Amino acid sequence: MATGSSRLRVKHERDITQVEFVDRNILDEANIQQIGEEIAALIDASKEPKLLINFASVDHLSSAALGTLITINNKMKARKGQLRLANIDPQIYEVFKITKLDRLFSIHDNAEAALASFT
Amino acid sequence: MGWWENVGGGAWGGVGVGGGGTAQRSPMSPSTSPTPDSAVLLIPNQRAEIERAENMLLEAMAARNYPDAARFAVRLALEESLVNAFRHGHRDLPADTPVRVEFAVDDQRVELSIEDQGPGFKPDDVPDPTLDENLERPTGRGLLLMRAYMARVEYIGRGNRVEMTYLRPPPRAASGAGPAA
Repeated sequence: MATGSSRLRVKHERDITQVEFVDRNILDEANIQQIGEEIAALIDASKEPKLLINFASVDHLSSAALGTLITINNKMKARKGQLRLANIDPQIYEVFKITKLDRLFSIHDNAEAALASFT
Repeated sequence: MGWWENVGGGAWGGVGVGGGGTAQRSPMSPSTSPTPDSAVLLIPNQRAEIERAENMLLEAMAARNYPDAARFAVRLALEESLVNAFRHGHRDLPADTPVRVEFAVDDQRVELSIEDQGPGFKPDDVPDPTLDENLERPTGRGLLLMRAYMARVEYIGRGNRVEMTYLRPPPRAASGAGPAA
């Protein structure tokens, strides 16, 4: 369970940080901003961050959420980190394809595959 | 608070300018229709009001058996157009300035109109977000998604009103009912 008003569920395992979303719909601008800030803090807490973002609970997201994911990706690159996305609903994966962001992100069918892809 | 007034029947027209207070359906709306096929709504930039409008539209689509993929598409297009209206159109306007949303649902199509009170928007000014050099830019994808999922996206007048049409896919193609692109 999330504590306080966090929008994320966070799990640390070995040197990998796994993140899930509390919200089924990632549409609200204030929530999206908070999600970005919370993940940025997780990235800042690690020297060479390895981050898995699990979309298993997500039904809907908007281009504003994609923007935050891109900002996270840019921050990870600057930190020489590794970012993986997993469990993206087919309808949402279509959004990644339309925007060609499936080329930008490392997207995996499930968490196991994503975890195995970290180097 | 939002001002609400439903417009019965399938026709466009009529402006909802009902009183403020609790944002609920106008007592003027047809009492026989719990899910009106059309409405004119003035929506402030508050999450609860946006979701209430979305739910009205999604319920109207569900009542006419539009598949889940259709409701995903229309919801996304409405979200993106509202974000554009509030974030860009109303950038220099008071925070409580409402956006006017009209929708009309029938068995073949969903018509949407989203009008802000800003200076207008020129869709040609948005750089193609799918080009390699723009792929890492965090903004500029809303219009792309609206165009991908809707059969028609048209900016009207000075560019402060966008009209969109979603066409129900043929039954055979129901599994591919997502983007038109």
